[in-house]
Amino acid sequence: MAQGWLQIAIFLAVLVALVKPVGIYMARVFTNQRVFLSPVVGPIERLAYKALRVRPDEGQDWKEYARSLIVFSLLFWIALYLILRTQGVHPFNPEGFHSASWDLNFNTTSSFITNTNWQYYGGETTLSYFSQMAGLAVQNFVSAAVGIAVVVALIRGIVARSGREIGNFWQDLVRILLYILVPISIIGALFLVSQGVIQSLGHATVIHTLAGGTQTLAQGPVASQEVIKELGTNGGGFFNVNSAFPFENSTGLTNFFELLLILVIPAALTYTYGRMVGSQRQGWAIFSAMLALFVVGVAVVYMAEQHGTPSQHLAGLNTHTFSGSTGGNMEGKEQRFGIADTSLWTAVTTVTSCGAVNGAFESLTGLGQAVPFANLGFSEVIFGGVGAGLYSMLLYVILAVFIGGLMVGRTPEYLGKKIQAREIKLVALGVLVTPLFTLLASGLASASGLGTRSIYAGINPQGFSETLYAYLSQANNNGSALAGYTGFIQPNAPGNAGAFGISFADLLGGAVMIGARFLPILFVLAVAGSLAGKKVSPAGLGTMRTDNPTFVFLLVGVVILVGALTFFPAILLGPIVQSLTTRLF
Amino acid sequence: MRRDLTTSLLAVVVMTVFLGLLYPLAITGVSQVLFPGKANGSKLSFDGRVVGSSLIGQDFKGKPAYFQSRPSATEYSGNVTYFSNLGPNSLEAREVVRKNLHRYLRREAPYDPALRADGTQSRDIGDFRSRRQLVPVDAVTESASGVDPHISQANAWIQAHRVAAVRHLPLSQVEDLISANTDGRSLGLLGEPGVNVLELNIALDKEAPLR
Repeated sequence: MAQGWLQIAIFLAVLVALVKPVGIYMARVFTNQRVFLSPVVGPIERLAYKALRVRPDEGQDWKEYARSLIVFSLLFWIALYLILRTQGVHPFNPEGFHSASWDLNFNTTSSFITNTNWQYYGGETTLSYFSQMAGLAVQNFVSAAVGIAVVVALIRGIVARSGREIGNFWQDLVRILLYILVPISIIGALFLVSQGVIQSLGHATVIHTLAGGTQTLAQGPVASQEVIKELGTNGGGFFNVNSAFPFENSTGLTNFFELLLILVIPAALTYTYGRMVGSQRQGWAIFSAMLALFVVGVAVVYMAEQHGTPSQHLAGLNTHTFSGSTGGNMEGKEQRFGIADTSLWTAVTTVTSCGAVNGAFESLTGLGQAVPFANLGFSEVIFGGVGAGLYSMLLYVILAVFIGGLMVGRTPEYLGKKIQAREIKLVALGVLVTPLFTLLASGLASASGLGTRSIYAGINPQGFSETLYAYLSQANNNGSALAGYTGFIQPNAPGNAGAFGISFADLLGGAVMIGARFLPILFVLAVAGSLAGKKVSPAGLGTMRTDNPTFVFLLVGVVILVGALTFFPAILLGPIVQSLTTRLF
Repeated sequence: MRRDLTTSLLAVVVMTVFLGLLYPLAITGVSQVLFPGKANGSKLSFDGRVVGSSLIGQDFKGKPAYFQSRPSATEYSGNVTYFSNLGPNSLEAREVVRKNLHRYLRREAPYDPALRADGTQSRDIGDFRSRRQLVPVDAVTESASGVDPHISQANAWIQAHRVAAVRHLPLSQVEDLISANTDGRSLGLLGEPGVNVLELNIALDKEAPLR
């Protein structure tokens, strides 16, 4: 296992090294300062404002900011739905795919607008290149930019000295796209192609194999979508098996690169935060809390996966490592990634709201599954989605400040701003709305015949896990899945043919994604507006510090407490049961 | 509100055109010029025809002269992909692994002295308690993509005995080919080493043609 731990350590080291430079760069972008790309991008930026009829220097209060965001998302929702619905008439459709059913399109549209990328379909068997490029990949950029814009607005609210303005949504959107997401994507896409990720528009090619059979090799504009899928923590694969497919993720190096893409913005945003609030220690404190929770998760998955599963042991398979063999649970894993890199990916993709996978989640060990459950149960505040992770974490920070304030008996303050009843109400709503959606939806799906028809594993702990994870994933805008759920995406899988209940799952899931994305965004922007109007009072002797290890400890405690109180009973019934028994179902 | 609507409408159009068409088409164009082989799927030619992709595993079942790929839930489909989705405590998973173990031992044990060196010298498949201790996990579990191009080195070393015997080659020659077609960790560090099955089988056919 030493080699595996070394790879995980190298990944963490590179990530930590990137936090500062990327964080500084993003802070300069968010505060409208010059960066090294300005000479090239500046003219394009000004052109964009003109084309969109935006006055970038016009500040918005939180309601105006929220209105722009909602109207923009709504119109894009309609546009994407129409693109998917009329797929048959568009160009770049060499396989001649028609539109999927309306309910599936509803789910898919909601999924990509909300940065979730939950997929009830298999890309290569459902969608044309046009739908993937002009429909879904556009959302990979845009929904990511929206998430980042919201956290920038929140930070502005926290640091505002007076007034109500929290920035201009259109300016944030344009600058995030032009200075951050697009440049990295261009370079990243070309790098991925150079390593074997495909990028073509041709028809799938039929070849005669060496052994005398035939095989159809898929084609498609994959690299350009793959890079933003990871960078924007979207996660929706071009192919059904996502980044496990060699054409999406061809080597150990592309795997490492894609993992970095997933985490770099969420991790570096903590540094950006520190810089923008004028105290780097504040950013590092949040980063430390995230890192601590992350590392524990990685370690647990890796050790669990290296152990193998009861099914394998009872079949008589020796899952120990020996010369030339990784050992461990290789079901649903690729040889070139092995146990360590698949485990690392499992943790990375579930702490962030990415949800791309490079192995089969459903075939993880019981304990290995428990970690994704926990990461989602903590509402994805461990780095989290681009922007979404940090704004959700800041809600927890305010909650921790409040709880700390209650313990020491002082009016809670955060960075000189008093936290009062209004803020705490909004924060509590923002924190609770995601779990509420999860539990209500999975309860409904578990208790109704319509819901249980989506289950693949049967009525047993694994089947319950599938259901709970489906709604955890959709409510947290993650998009990874215990992929047996629903069956519709896998018309060829044994036992899945003609699964019923797809409309129910599509519609419920779509509604959950929209609600659990935009309601918290509204609460966060309201908090930003509320804090923006507050005067800053100087820190006194009794002010609780929020940049020291004590606070990091408190913050981690609050995150675990809220997550555990909400989800522990439910998670007990699924992955924990499976990890505690060798019984087979 | 009106202004938000106008700007949103314009943004939908502009962003769809630039991010949805211009960006991917430009990347496609540049990729096709700079990396035409990789961009089109790393295809491999042999005997004057394309026989597959170095990144996509193939089916060699029932061909004892070839190294065998890992089990696949999708019958090695290169354009319709899905996971097996068998859980950790699944009865079905146990049956699948058990069947794969039997199949592997039935295929390899007659040729590999190590697999036979269990003290019993028995050819009875029911009595394979200690032989199966040596079967590498990747040989009997389904890959994630269904088209994993690699097998583990241990898996290849075992299969080498069969391939050498069927092709009447010295074992050392087959083992050299295995080393030559092993993809190490990227940069010597990242990922796991694996033996590329299709490339190895092509190399075999080049060096010692069947027929």
